[in-house]
Amino acid sequence: MSGHGAMDPGGALAVLREHRASGDVVVTSMGSAREWMAMGPPDPLDFVFVPSSMGQAPSLALGIALAQPARRVFACNGDGSMLMNLGALVTISAESPRNLVLIVFENGVYEVTGAQPTPGSARGRPDRRGVHFAEIARACGWTSVFRYRELEEWRNAASESIGAVGPVFIALEVAPVPGAVGPKSPGPTVERARKFREALRQTNR
Amino acid sequence: MFSGEQIAALFAELGVTHVVTVPDSTIGKWGDAIARANGMHLVRVCREGEAWSVAAGLHFGGARPLVLIQCTGLFESGDSLRNVLHDWKLPIFSVIGYRSFLNQETLPGDSCLVFTEPVLDAWKIEYKLITSESQIGTIREHYRACLAAGKPGAALIAEGKA
Repeated sequence: MSGHGAMDPGGALAVLREHRASGDVVVTSMGSAREWMAMGPPDPLDFVFVPSSMGQAPSLALGIALAQPARRVFACNGDGSMLMNLGALVTISAESPRNLVLIVFENGVYEVTGAQPTPGSARGRPDRRGVHFAEIARACGWTSVFRYRELEEWRNAASESIGAVGPVFIALEVAPVPGAVGPKSPGPTVERARKFREALRQTNR
Repeated sequence: MFSGEQIAALFAELGVTHVVTVPDSTIGKWGDAIARANGMHLVRVCREGEAWSVAAGLHFGGARPLVLIQCTGLFESGDSLRNVLHDWKLPIFSVIGYRSFLNQETLPGDSCLVFTEPVLDAWKIEYKLITSESQIGTIREHYRACLAAGKPGAALIAEGKA
């Protein structure tokens, strides 16, 4: 949770990119959106949730997963964002969509605002004991829960954990990116919304 | 004012596929009938801000969601509502319970009466105030008008005791 010795977020996302299959949706937000956009040209089924309402990426992904239950949906969320919408863990487990994979990138800070510690991070708490998102997910009723600290560990386990019975919760301990800025919207939102909906419609499963 | 069966039948007639909701003592009584309705799924969320984002995802996926919340939840919804309705301009329709409008016995001077309509105006949501059972057709017409125009809208349901 401290972020020290943790994996590079770009490397962590590259593993997801390797395992993303044709037809999978990938919702990214905040830092994950910035890193994802830097990795290559967008897929029509990428939803870069920028601008967002912070914390709402898992809820948006839940809606997609419920509307198209035969399609796998990945939601990439930061730990600060997760804290803003912890109830989503309960909502998702209540609906229990088998096609949803939520990946929480734990760096312990609000990265794009200057790396201030979140109240869930060890650094943000007097007892220096960070909250454990994977345990929170389990307590909320998720049964396929995984947590990885090292890139190799994540890379070796990705296929099995992503392929587990959904909904799947994966916590990745990542290092903050020094001097990171917020992601820039990749284009006009209304047009992007229209194209994304159309891509989902054309490839509906 | 309305029974759950009336509301479920109306939503079904309008083609609603998912009702995303946090209950109150009026709209909460509709939940069982909605959940029983063929072709409609009730999604219970933990807070109202979630409801707009879940509805947005459903809309992207080709479903026809509706958000069903109380006005206090409208107040809570702010940033999520802003993002979904104004950043992404998604035409999400909502049915919103208007606490204490018909009866302030439980909560005299309920500030919901002060803020609900100005907040809807501030968020630029076109709404119809529904104060009697005879206005069920108004909900139907407003929903269809909003759908045809591709814009969000709301039916504001006057409620009695909190």
